[in-house]
Amino acid sequence: MASPAFRIGTGAGFSSDRLEPAVDLVKRGTLDVLVLECLGERTVAFAHRDRMADPRRGYNSLLERRMRALLPACRAAGTTLISNMGAANPRAAAERTLAIARELGLTGLKIAYIEGDDLTATGPRDGALMDEPGRLSDVGMPIVGMNAYLGVDAILPALRAGADVVIGGRLADPSMYLAPLMHRFGWAETDLALLGAGSLVGHLMECGMQITGGYFADPGVKDVSDLANCGYPIAEVSADGSAVITKLPDTGGCVTIATVKEQLLYEVHDPAAYLTPDVTADFSGVNIEAMGPDRIQVSKASGRTRPERLKATVGFDAGFHAEAGVSYAGPAAIERGRFACDIVRQRLAQTHGITKDVRVDLIGASSLFATARDYPADTQDVRVHVALRTADRSVAETMLWEVESLLCCGPAGGGGFRGAITAAVMTKSILVNRAQVRPRQTVLVA
Amino acid sequence: MTAHGRNEQRIVRDIAHARAGDKGNTSNVNVWVYDKADFELLKQSLTAARIKQTFPKLITGDVDRYVIEHLGGLNFVLHGALEGGVNSSLNLDSHGKSWSYLILGMLLAEDDQK
Repeated sequence: MASPAFRIGTGAGFSSDRLEPAVDLVKRGTLDVLVLECLGERTVAFAHRDRMADPRRGYNSLLERRMRALLPACRAAGTTLISNMGAANPRAAAERTLAIARELGLTGLKIAYIEGDDLTATGPRDGALMDEPGRLSDVGMPIVGMNAYLGVDAILPALRAGADVVIGGRLADPSMYLAPLMHRFGWAETDLALLGAGSLVGHLMECGMQITGGYFADPGVKDVSDLANCGYPIAEVSADGSAVITKLPDTGGCVTIATVKEQLLYEVHDPAAYLTPDVTADFSGVNIEAMGPDRIQVSKASGRTRPERLKATVGFDAGFHAEAGVSYAGPAAIERGRFACDIVRQRLAQTHGITKDVRVDLIGASSLFATARDYPADTQDVRVHVALRTADRSVAETMLWEVESLLCCGPAGGGGFRGAITAAVMTKSILVNRAQVRPRQTVLVA
Repeated sequence: MTAHGRNEQRIVRDIAHARAGDKGNTSNVNVWVYDKADFELLKQSLTAARIKQTFPKLITGDVDRYVIEHLGGLNFVLHGALEGGVNSSLNLDSHGKSWSYLILGMLLAEDDQK
């Protein structure tokens, strides 16, 4: 008889993902592992800015709420929690988690944190940019942080130490799934086909509900039932690397061949060469088969040797991003809105000399696809939207002022002004030698 | 001759579904037919050249097309198609997540068929 499948669930697919379905998943899912994937390239850059402002911060701002809700349920179910919520400060994230575990009476809980991805102080200051010409020094903005992507070799020692909770910073998303599979099934770093298969599981699962009906519904052609109560996914993985993607009964959403296909090539370029720190995974021959309602089996991923060097993300302080808008509705709304757009452009240019890094759209008539195509619009409800990026906060304030002033000296009937100025970051990628990256693991016990 | 006359030309969304993702200033859009019988029509309709020609201002670089024959899917890599990408684009959708519906809104090349 085959050994029982290893059950991995996802309880967050990005930094701001929902919490309640994750608690449900742990309570009812009999999971071996729960993964919370909470880190994008820009998220880590923002986290570095948070850490600069306060050395005790720099980790996911929802960590406390997530841990309070999930730690007791994980303890009760014997589920190991793996997350990159540590962002720019895994140690502080682990110490906060330790304090929460003690408060909740989870005595003996082992919390491991992984460091070594942060190259901000030690990394190359002038590395060549990946996928574009130029070097880091050509960007012309202050660096706020630099993180190499860590793979399974950084996570496995924490699992071998018996950690109940593993918290890292820039852990590669699929590696958080592959590492516990290698640990459980004894897959070696030379079992390239299995590393490819485990990476496929990670790739399909890492965006959470994007494989259970989230980000999928298109009423009339792709209907999804009870999307409001969409459940997080579960992967039941076998020792041969094949897996069934499913979800809890009595949750909304769906797992179908179509949801799996859309996620299979999400953010993938060449399907035969999906690069991770662990393997060059090949998804081009993947087999997708329906085994029952909300049960889809994936198999036949493979893999080749891992990339020689590691990718690192470099975050820069890009100053400020400003947005402001005013709406027009009723007869000739589009004409009045277009008139307002022209007036704002003219005033920003003539009075303030602002012509660069500014964009004016008319939401309802032409915004997202403005560069791509024109659509005939007959709506009577449009919104002027002005966006601007600048290193100088006063320029951002000037733009907001000019948009707000449309209320008294723009076309007739404008209303609903809103404006906001937020911090902006820029990210670039470089390649670093593996010898420059030394992952280390520390275990805390509650 | 199909039941669809010239005045009701079908679009890609009538036979396929799609999802878009981003990496830097490069967008990728994967497109899948609901019915394998429509895959030839999809391949004829969505050639790399036709996509590039349809959006000349948006797509500043090359378009690569990968064919996943056994699953009825196409994966497009649109280089230089995100107005600078999430770091510098001032588009409300700076990731180009809606580019899936840009492709799904294209007309099918049914005139090319018998």
